[in-house]
Amino acid sequence: MTELPIEAVKPSRPGRLAAAALAALAMAWLAYTVIVNPNLHWDVIAAFLLDGRIIGGLWVTIALTVLSMVIGVGLGMVAAVMQLSDSPVLRGAAGLYTWFFRGTPLLVQLIFWFNIGLVFPEIGIGVPFGGPMFLQWPANELITPFTAALLGLTINEGAYMAEIVRAGIRSVDPGQREAAESLGMTHRQILRRVVLPQAMRVIIPPTGNQFISMLKTTSMVSVISGAELLTVSQRIYLDNFEVIALLVVASAWYLLFTSVATVGQRFLEKRFSRGH
Amino acid sequence: MATSMVKIESVRKRFGPVEVLKGVSLDVPAGAVVCVVGPSGSGKSTLLRCVNRLETIDAGRVWVDGALMGFTEKGGRLHLLRPDELCRQRQEIGMVFQRFHLFPHMTALENVMEGPCTVRRVPKAAAASKARELLDRVGLADRAGAYPRQLSGGQQQRVAIARSLAMNPKLMLFDEPTSALDPELVQEVLQVMRDLAASGMTMIVVTHEMGFAREAGDHLVFIDDGVIVEEGPPREVLSRPRHERTRAFLGQVL
Repeated sequence: MTELPIEAVKPSRPGRLAAAALAALAMAWLAYTVIVNPNLHWDVIAAFLLDGRIIGGLWVTIALTVLSMVIGVGLGMVAAVMQLSDSPVLRGAAGLYTWFFRGTPLLVQLIFWFNIGLVFPEIGIGVPFGGPMFLQWPANELITPFTAALLGLTINEGAYMAEIVRAGIRSVDPGQREAAESLGMTHRQILRRVVLPQAMRVIIPPTGNQFISMLKTTSMVSVISGAELLTVSQRIYLDNFEVIALLVVASAWYLLFTSVATVGQRFLEKRFSRGH
Repeated sequence: MATSMVKIESVRKRFGPVEVLKGVSLDVPAGAVVCVVGPSGSGKSTLLRCVNRLETIDAGRVWVDGALMGFTEKGGRLHLLRPDELCRQRQEIGMVFQRFHLFPHMTALENVMEGPCTVRRVPKAAAASKARELLDRVGLADRAGAYPRQLSGGQQQRVAIARSLAMNPKLMLFDEPTSALDPELVQEVLQVMRDLAASGMTMIVVTHEMGFAREAGDHLVFIDDGVIVEEGPPREVLSRPRHERTRAFLGQVL
């Protein structure tokens, strides 16, 4: 048998070549103006990149992101299951929740939670509808910038996650549920063993996006002085006037985190597409 | 064969404006293989799904092994069963679907183990060895680690049968088990069903496979437009149909 190797000459693509050259030139020029710019203070950026206050802010950012995502996902699952329930009261309650918290700006919600003491000066545990209280605290002690931020981010995230989880659950073939029912599985077992694992394939990618977006959204907490990355950066530049340098420091960390999270997201997507 | 495994009495079912079952009664003795045939849309699948209450019924009664499906009778009134009580009833009834409905995120072995492990709380090791036995019985011992989409339609359906058998059902329902299969894969599934019938399992089989009905069936039911038009021993009904509608239907499929 004769071998017939293919060593074909590629057609020339002058248009693409020109576009590539232009893009390369633009990037080089951009890099040049940034690097040689004396106003950018690279030494300051380097000095503050690992500054103790910045690192402290980083931890707050991570804590806020992880906590609000974890609780938000849980809240979203509960709301999604409620929305798919047969009970109109449960459906209505979940619908009202997502409608309200998706329909108002997060920024407004954050400021609201921070000032919740104006509406409810005392927060406690007791018998509702005006019954006796067993434990109570002044709202101003309970609501720190951190707890207000966590409340705002979590409750807002839960409303968005509810929609994502609901779409995931609805994506599962109804035949799966029937097959599980015919084995005698209960609603809860079907949800946990059959429906949710398959819904995960649809839920994971947008949840990863939510996580990455949450990393950046935590910076909104700076309006209530949340002690996260952007807030500490601002505090430093209000002191030393190195506004741009500190914003570069903060951006570098945000970029690092979102990049790591993107890799994690790919891994999770692979893990949950088992059998597909 | 005196005791009936399934007793269906005057069952009616309506989907919106359409009445799909218009008063169907059927008796399935323990150990019998009853084949249900009829044109598409005749209500035969719906009837099957009413037996394990995948569909609720609007009127009539269904008993499986003497127990009223879906209700208890107290003080002359029917009370709907609690969900967990209904689940207990379903554990005793296996069902095989036209489109298999294997759990795609589990291997063949995990599919077969799922019922015993989750529903009956059987320890993993015991469930796994029972599952391997069942996969061997349907001729798939070597595919235990495969995911459903790595299996052919015929193999998937055999895993689905094994999955149902893992619950030790006293009744098996088959809803057009070979209709979604390529022609050359039909026989391997029918063979498993023949073996199961020979082992004494009570089976209700909705099918278009007249050959299977003739050889493996004890009783043949022809349904059209929500009523049982004709029933009897398969050979008799297939070779000497008494009703015009049965004749017309058999003329098309045979």
